[in-house]
Amino acid sequence: MPTTVSMTVNGKKVSGSIEPRTLLVQFIRETLGLTGTHVGCDTSQCGSCVVHVDGKSVKSCTILAAQAEGSDVLTIEGVAKDGKLHPMQEAFRENHGLQCGFCTPGMVMSALDLVKNNKNPSEQQIRDWLEGNICRCTGYHNIVKAIAAGAKAMA
Amino acid sequence: MADMGIGVSVKRREDARFLTGNGTYTDDINRHGQTHAIIVRSPHAHARIKKINQAKAKAMPGVVAIFTGEDMKVGSLPCGWLIKNQDGSNMVEPGHPPIAQGKVRHVGDPVVVVVAETRQQALEAAEAVTVDYEVLPSVSSLKAATKAGAPLVWDEAKGNICYDWALGDKAAVDAAFAGAHKIVKIDLVNNRLIPNAMEPRAAIGDFDKATGDYTLYTTSQNPHVIRLLMGAFVLSIPESKLRVVAPDVGGGFGSKIYHYAEEAIVTWGAGQLKRPIKWTAERSESFMSDAHGRDHVTHAELALDKDGKFLALKAETLANMGAYLSTFATCVPTYLHATLLAGVYTTPAIWCNVKAVFTNTVPVDAYRGAGRPEATFLLERIVDIAAREMKMDPAEIRRKNFIQTSQFPYQTPVALQYDTGNYDATLDMALKMIDYKGFAGRKAAAAAKGKLRGIGVSCYIEACGIAPSAVVGSLGARAGLYECANVRVHPTGSVSIFTGSHSHGQGHETTFAQVVAEKLGIPSEQIEIVHGDTAKVPFGMGTYGSRSIAVGGAALVKALDKIILKGRKIAAHLMEASEKDVEFKDGKFTVAGTDKAKTFGEVALTAYVPHNYPITELEPGLEEQAFYDPLNFTYPSGCYIAEVEIDKDTGTLEIMRFVASDDFGKIINPMIVEGQVHGGIAQGLGQALLESCVYDKDGQLLTGSYNDYCMPRADDFPNFDVQHTDKPTPCTHNPLGVKGCGEAGAIGAPPAVMNAICNALGVVHMDMPATPEKIWRAANAHMARAAE
Ligand code: FES
Ligand code: FES
Repeated sequence: MPTTVSMTVNGKKVSGSIEPRTLLVQFIRETLGLTGTHVGCDTSQCGSCVVHVDGKSVKSCTILAAQAEGSDVLTIEGVAKDGKLHPMQEAFRENHGLQCGFCTPGMVMSALDLVKNNKNPSEQQIRDWLEGNICRCTGYHNIVKAIAAGAKAMA
Repeated sequence: MADMGIGVSVKRREDARFLTGNGTYTDDINRHGQTHAIIVRSPHAHARIKKINQAKAKAMPGVVAIFTGEDMKVGSLPCGWLIKNQDGSNMVEPGHPPIAQGKVRHVGDPVVVVVAETRQQALEAAEAVTVDYEVLPSVSSLKAATKAGAPLVWDEAKGNICYDWALGDKAAVDAAFAGAHKIVKIDLVNNRLIPNAMEPRAAIGDFDKATGDYTLYTTSQNPHVIRLLMGAFVLSIPESKLRVVAPDVGGGFGSKIYHYAEEAIVTWGAGQLKRPIKWTAERSESFMSDAHGRDHVTHAELALDKDGKFLALKAETLANMGAYLSTFATCVPTYLHATLLAGVYTTPAIWCNVKAVFTNTVPVDAYRGAGRPEATFLLERIVDIAAREMKMDPAEIRRKNFIQTSQFPYQTPVALQYDTGNYDATLDMALKMIDYKGFAGRKAAAAAKGKLRGIGVSCYIEACGIAPSAVVGSLGARAGLYECANVRVHPTGSVSIFTGSHSHGQGHETTFAQVVAEKLGIPSEQIEIVHGDTAKVPFGMGTYGSRSIAVGGAALVKALDKIILKGRKIAAHLMEASEKDVEFKDGKFTVAGTDKAKTFGEVALTAYVPHNYPITELEPGLEEQAFYDPLNFTYPSGCYIAEVEIDKDTGTLEIMRFVASDDFGKIINPMIVEGQVHGGIAQGLGQALLESCVYDKDGQLLTGSYNDYCMPRADDFPNFDVQHTDKPTPCTHNPLGVKGCGEAGAIGAPPAVMNAICNALGVVHMDMPATPEKIWRAANAHMARAAE
């Protein structure tokens, strides 16, 4: 039985008719066509799918779209404003914090949540925070640098 | 364009789209009228398919078609490299149907393909398919497969042996061992790995009813190779009717080189249904269907004279092929492994025997480094054991045996000829970076805290820039390994580059544009780099074996040179000068000794608006193409040193420092090169400390998800100190002097950290991954020994 969900995504009111079991990530990718949010695993470990729900980072593969009913969702597509990269995105670019780009949206969304709660994270705090985000390309070195630089730029 | 040219850490132009969620990966693509495929895979390692019950599934909502091996009778997924046995006969080469025919041979082998209107419907129908199997005895490890009387994966492969191959002069090796002062030995396992690019594989097959053309969108490192293999060998579709697109690809590391069953299934199926079919792997499916890496068991011996000079090396390796021969599988343990066993040393006699073995496991093929990490691990471990037994410093025993700069070109006893290198320089630099002399003090300080501190050196060399076609052809390769580039100059002077290299994280859009900016002197905004589409790029062999800049970049330079040559002729005509007096520099054609000049843009426009043009000598237009076939491999080398601290009570390990000093010859973009090394080191450390693919004795994959297969996380590593040698030795035989850098980290890192661990613990050897449990056991045995 399809059901209707409504939420705000990247500042726009959206709704869609979906199967109740639809995951938030499926709703974002398939119903809304926002394919910047990625799926890298089926065990909720890789973090490629991280978005913000009501201001908090969430693995969008772990919750149902229906659970986000009425929520305010931010995906990677909503981070840059007026055609200008967000300072955190800019820091990833400056510090070569991405290679294939597949983990990148999740990394950026996680990083933004970290900085929201910790304006000046240490290297170790960044590394610990990224426990739930796997990157196979960069060896994390430049991601850690990028997040530290991004936090500074946001201050 | 000095700020955009060669040697500058230009920021990547591809980043903006990835950072804003605007990349286009295969699964992001949807075709009109698309259906979805789910693959029912074998739960058994070895079984006969008795009956497939599909009636119930067929009747379920949304189901469009169900295909089995009986329906899809096509060619076999081919193996690209024929290896000869020692007796000159050919390897055993069983067929590999995209959907299993009669028998399944590993957990994950495709058995039934369910196609439905939605993915959810396909999933549900796939659940309703039942298959009756007669389970057969299986072998899931090298040890089990090579036991006398072991069950056979293939009836035609006696003893499960695919080939029994050898390289080197056995008589010379035996003679050297007979006269040796000391012989050191090692038995080691090079642990099996699962590549795990973060983007799971995906494929979309499309069929155009009007033209009869097929299109395959796929997560590939080499779309032209897929077109060739699938078109010619599996589905019999001519190149003219088959387009393969590899859009943004989320990492490869080798695992996306090969032609996989799913690519053939969706392409063939699209032709059957006259509708697009999409398949995207779930991660757990990737674990049991992506080609795995490594999986060697080796016994090696090194003979030394009384001064610690290496006299001879022999190695006997068993290499796991899995159940079927994947595209490059057979060349990995042979021509990418045995040929590297000279390392950076002057060992005069080397012999290596490799037996490739079938098992009831997923096919094994090249994974970042491919053969070279296995060779380097073997060599750098046995050299460390030699140092220990000879009571020599590990750095000094290496230095003593280095090939000297005066010895290049250096012919090794295992087929390769190194063109250039400076191994003292990278060793010295790494020793300095880590403060090698200060180690004793740091060890004492650690001991005072109750910690065991160890240091490990690894000097690697790799053969990259794969590969000279004639050479690899004589060794059994069934393809050439050149690269192609096309340069299209548009009328207004902007340029489109079509390269056969493929970027799946390497940043070619940036580095290739740097080469163009340097050569043509035009701003980078006017340069477009196109790759990954057989309909746009004339031809290509793709990206693997650290070949993009060394082979693809060289092809690009050749094509650019042709553009400049034609441009000079046009400019000479425009300036009424003799062609030989025309120079091209910084985007301008000038006549020596005059102030006459024409910009690149003016010349381009003239080529397309040829009103005043040497029309009898020259065609209009400005577009050139080049193929480049390398004359030799390139030989990046370097020295990595790891320093670790071990907590004896818990077995936990901390990497205190990791330094890398590499010689990649000339470097186009230092920032990108450093990033490549970081990533390679992380994969190397992952192999050494965390990762291991485990099958149980019945061939069940125990490490089939991120719950069980330990992927490196950010908090597993420190920062890496990566530097480029201050005395680089540019490659002598390609126009850019580049050597390639993509695999070095994965090759050099495992022995560095394992040597450090063995040094800390005072043990001769430990197999990877060095888990806390293994370390704890070794640390406590060590204390027990010390107490005796
Ligand atoms: S897709 Fe891997 S954690 Fe969500
Ligand atoms: S950049 Fe490729 S997985 Fe992180």
